Amino acid sequence: MNMPVKKMEAETIAPSAGPAAAAVVAMTPKRPPRSEAYARMAKETAVRVIPPLVVIVLLTLIWELVCRRAGSTLPPPSKVFNDTRELIFHPFFDNGGIDKGLFWHLSASLQRVAYGYSIAAIVGIALGTLVGQSVWAMRGLDPLFQVLRTIPPLAWLPLSLAAFRDGQPSAIFVIFITSVWPIIINTAVGIRNIPQDYRNVAAVVQLNPLEFFSKIMIPAAAPYIFTGLRIGIGLSWLAIVAAEMLIGGVGIGFFIWDAWNSSHISEIILALFYVGIIGFVLDRLIAALGKFVTHGTAQS
Amino acid sequence: MTAYLKLDHIDKTFTRGNATTEVLKEINLTIEKGEYVSIIGHSGCGKSTLLNIIAGLTTATTGGVLLENREVNSPGPDRAVVFQNHSLLPWLTVYENVKLGVDKVFSKTKTKAERDAWVMHNLNLVQMAHAKDKRPSEISGGMKQRVGIARALAMEPKVLLLDEPFGALDALTRAHLQDSVMALHQKLGNTILMITHDVDEAVLLSDRIVMMTNGPSARIGEVLDVPLARPRKRLELASNATYLKCRQRVLEFLYERHRFVEAA
Repeated sequence: MNMPVKKMEAETIAPSAGPAAAAVVAMTPKRPPRSEAYARMAKETAVRVIPPLVVIVLLTLIWELVCRRAGSTLPPPSKVFNDTRELIFHPFFDNGGIDKGLFWHLSASLQRVAYGYSIAAIVGIALGTLVGQSVWAMRGLDPLFQVLRTIPPLAWLPLSLAAFRDGQPSAIFVIFITSVWPIIINTAVGIRNIPQDYRNVAAVVQLNPLEFFSKIMIPAAAPYIFTGLRIGIGLSWLAIVAAEMLIGGVGIGFFIWDAWNSSHISEIILALFYVGIIGFVLDRLIAALGKFVTHGTAQS
Repeated sequence: MTAYLKLDHIDKTFTRGNATTEVLKEINLTIEKGEYVSIIGHSGCGKSTLLNIIAGLTTATTGGVLLENREVNSPGPDRAVVFQNHSLLPWLTVYENVKLGVDKVFSKTKTKAERDAWVMHNLNLVQMAHAKDKRPSEISGGMKQRVGIARALAMEPKVLLLDEPFGALDALTRAHLQDSVMALHQKLGNTILMITHDVDEAVLLSDRIVMMTNGPSARIGEVLDVPLARPRKRLELASNATYLKCRQRVLEFLYERHRFVEAA
């Protein structure tokens, strides 16, 4: 695996083509060539970090150039930074009401997601297990799930507002109802795919249903369950922004809506940046958790 | 002959829609305590179905299985199975795989420390104690099957059921593991029922060989006693007249009288 890579590298050095390749070459000689592994690690990091950096710099440059012209409707990055300097460097201020730092908005949103998503994970895994295990439950429930899961998250909001008569539980419900479907469906597939061998082992050992659930089903279906959980966290983060725009109060979604109403376009852009980063981090967190938990589950 | 395990008029038919297939017909067999019996037959003759019926994983259509004169029709640790593809749980270590059964079977009769010692004792029997903290993916196929055997032995089964236990192994590993199983049988005196399609394996290991006719409606065609003294030595037997005669008998049964008709 390493040999061809090295060869490739050596070939790209000679023509010195493209900014990325040039940068890679510049990085390596700086490191003292004490150990081979050290240099290789630096090279690998460079290969992974430099291309996205180059792209980001280029895109920011284009954005700056396009939006700096007079009459542009959107602010260039330099103006965004100047406008939101206060918000960036003081995320913790709290002037009461909804006039709070971005940290508080984001944590309020994350809290709603945490509630809704936790309920979705528990209900999703439980229902998924039922549907995966029982043919009759599947016949009865699967068509229902297939229809319900296509309903857009926001369409649930008016109904939940009518039911709960309050913004907070309604938002949590929307998160729940958005993220529960992939968890149910993936768990069910995972349970259905448990090899008969494992069921036979459990039968011979005479595990009771509870032990079978915790010792065989969950570990065996874990890779599938985590696929569902990962899709679920992404969907709930998608839904929260939209839901909060409508229910108001503290939260990143309403922060964006409020900024739009006050024509603070720069603040919107900053908020979007944070939303993206947090969504990315959430996704990676669940992925890392899944990797940790399912370690060794992969069949030999 | 005292019946320890008794298969009494077992029939098995599978029904799918309107089509019914009779897989096993009139299987009668009695096995003594401490006996090593092999069931041999062409693939598809229903020998694995028969083993599953004895294990309780499938139910017989008519007839039943008696163990110490009591009918058994659901799976249990008194008839522990060594599965063909080892069936170790990949998320548990070697130790935990064996412990899973031990904890259930001896939850009331042994303390935690005793159970731990019992797991290690059984891993030692199959020479796998050194790998106790490894996961199944980190050990070889032969080693996995050893752990599978340890897991079954650790449940102290009345009958040990081996479902083509060496089928997935290469020839050298298989020979090595066969010797190990013979040594264990000698040492512990278990009652063993083994499914196999390997003639040499059957003759080498068994006290009796049960030969099945081809399916559908497979029956027991012939039962052959193997009057070879134990312990048996692979190399010495290669030229032993009794061994060769037994081998000849099984081969004749399988390839002359009950050739595998289906074009496989």
